[in-house]
Amino acid sequence: MKDYHYTGAVENRFSPYAFNGGTVLAVAGEDFAIVASDTRLSEGYSIHSRDSPKCYKLTDTTVIGCSGFHGDCLTLTKIIDARLKMYKHSNNKTMTSGAIAAMLSTILYSRRFFPYYVYNIIGGLDEEGKGAVYSFDPVGSYQRDTYKAGGSASAMLQPLLDNQIGFKNMEGVQHVPLTREKAVQLVKDVFISAAERDVYTGDALRICIITKEGTKEETIPLRKD
Amino acid sequence: SNDVNKVIEINPYLLGTMSGSAADCQYWERLLAKECRLYRLRNNHRISVAAASKLLCNMMLGYKGMGLSVGSMVCGWDKEGPGLYYVDENGTRLSGRMFSTGCGNGYAYGVVDSGYREDMTVEEAYELGCRGIAHATHRDAYSGGVVNMYHMQEDGWIKVCKEDVSQLIHRYKEGMF
Repeated sequence: MKDYHYTGAVENRFSPYAFNGGTVLAVAGEDFAIVASDTRLSEGYSIHSRDSPKCYKLTDTTVIGCSGFHGDCLTLTKIIDARLKMYKHSNNKTMTSGAIAAMLSTILYSRRFFPYYVYNIIGGLDEEGKGAVYSFDPVGSYQRDTYKAGGSASAMLQPLLDNQIGFKNMEGVQHVPLTREKAVQLVKDVFISAAERDVYTGDALRICIITKEGTKEETIPLRKD
Repeated sequence: SNDVNKVIEINPYLLGTMSGSAADCQYWERLLAKECRLYRLRNNHRISVAAASKLLCNMMLGYKGMGLSVGSMVCGWDKEGPGLYYVDENGTRLSGRMFSTGCGNGYAYGVVDSGYREDMTVEEAYELGCRGIAHATHRDAYSGGVVNMYHMQEDGWIKVCKEDVSQLIHRYKEGMF
């Protein structure tokens, strides 16, 4: 007798979320901050776009990187832009990085029971001109860091950053402060490594370098496979 | 993340701890900070630890059953002296001399319960607190990183130290097997 497959009842529920991949990274230096992201937008086994960066410029001194579900990334950045304008109109000044971070925490928590599926990292300069990085979870918990990786290849990037910037798990090494040139090279190197092993990361790397002079953007190619 | 600070500085004379969901604890304790500030402005004296912890407790009860995860200790100093309350997402609110929360709390209770004395000095208490956390992180898979230590005094809290757990365990190794 032929064996028939019996799987039982199966429910195909509609999911309001999709996973569009992408990795973001931010590093804070003494007088600079770097926010970098890959530019691949995927869904399942397909690539929607090879030129969809995940860094969004908020102010002259603040850039946010958002990865996860692209629909929520777009809406969230629109909401943040609107709130920045409202603050500017009410208070006659631009929001500082710390203020944007605190505000984003409450925006994310307002959707505590139907979260924005977005992993955010804010990079910018604080009020003293020092580099600042704020990393978030999808429901709004956040803290200030020196460096943070988020998104699909974060588990590959974070340990390398812990070792090279945080000097973790090494003995007898001199803790040299991070220069801007070294930081940019490190960011390029870690993304090249991530593109090798993570299918959702690749195509190109967009780096935003924030200094008191303003924000500079650099795009370098990554593996396209 | 390795060096998350699980002590939330509500204001210079009130501290809250974070276990469960980081976002829930951060949000509700920040809201508590707002309410404590409003209380001070309206009543012209600082809020008591009992009242502050009850505010947090009632916030939890408003969302009971909806899946919040908050295991927090509210610590401060008011007219009655030092105060410590444990508050969680079910609305439990307990006053006590010592608590431990989170998934490693059993390990910490073991260490702190055996070392606690009513007549401890401040230095002995610092050491006991560090040991409790260090041993809990050693055995609990979900705990680790650093020990953030605060001391609540009559005129506010001070941050005592931020020590890496792996360094601490090395120091305590003498007493271990």
